[in-house]
Amino acid sequence: MSRQSNRTSDSKKMNSELFTLTYGALVTQLCKDYENDEEVNKQLDKMGYNIGVRLIEDFLARSSVGRCHDFRETADVIAKVAFKMYLGVTPSVTNWSPAGDEFSLILESNPLVDFVELPDNHNNLVYSSLLCGVLRGSLEMVQMAVDVRFAQDTLRGDNVTEIRMKFIKRIEENLPAGDE
Amino acid sequence: MADEALFQFLHNEVIQYVYKSAENGEMENGRCITRLENMGFRVGQGLIERFTKDTARFKDELDIMKFICKDFWTSVFKKQIDNLRTNHQGIYVLQDNKFRLLNQLSAGKQYLEHAPKYLAFSCGLVRGGLSNLGVKSIVTAEVSVMPACKFQVMIQK
Repeated sequence: MSRQSNRTSDSKKMNSELFTLTYGALVTQLCKDYENDEEVNKQLDKMGYNIGVRLIEDFLARSSVGRCHDFRETADVIAKVAFKMYLGVTPSVTNWSPAGDEFSLILESNPLVDFVELPDNHNNLVYSSLLCGVLRGSLEMVQMAVDVRFAQDTLRGDNVTEIRMKFIKRIEENLPAGDE
Repeated sequence: MADEALFQFLHNEVIQYVYKSAENGEMENGRCITRLENMGFRVGQGLIERFTKDTARFKDELDIMKFICKDFWTSVFKKQIDNLRTNHQGIYVLQDNKFRLLNQLSAGKQYLEHAPKYLAFSCGLVRGGLSNLGVKSIVTAEVSVMPACKFQVMIQK
């Protein structure tokens, strides 16, 4: 059987409810499996990381975005290209630190939480932790170590969802001797 | 609109997670499949509620199955079921010649033994969807040649 090559970016779009609900099922399962919310956050972050390291390849192949020269450019690509492509939303980039190594992504709506209400006994659960892991994992694959965390979350009563990203360092490429 | 790659990666992670937690807790393969299926079940229930908002009332069981094969499958897997067969006694076989979640795996025999992992969630989706339409069922899946697979739906009276 020959492989079809008519994979336009349009045909890759799918029903986001499936994604949202599947994610919900996963979080529910994790909450059953682990006793405290911190563990669940950690697990979600880890899974996000695994997704991120693979997702970046898909992203680079399909978006034809080249190497970013500074962190500001990275922020723009994440907000305007990546988020748009995968979640269909475009967060705004704000709150730059004076040094230009820290910024916030403000999400007006978060597709991951479309049908979600947090019960009272999960105060420490960061429902969308997966996103942090995805961002961290994918940036690590392009030699950037970053710290990602949720600063605000609409699920906990904030007005917007804010993801804070902090640049830590460039990861040096360790080429084996004699390679290149 | 979300992107398909995202769902596929998430689906992979869910499978990984379920199987990894099984390693520690000495859970056998069957339990893992059941767990994945249960997660799918819940998702299927939710999906069918969203999809059937604007559809007319279903006439009978066959009508419901047709809906699953056409509309439901298209919304979830972006194609219709290729073949629907029934013995008119409550058993339906849905054949998908190019199943979305197996598409990324090798078409050879190499990963055939892992195929059931990738189908359990979808079995649950179908069962959950049917259950919310008032049809109790058992859904199983089998693969003989990748990426084609057959879902068998047994309606419980």
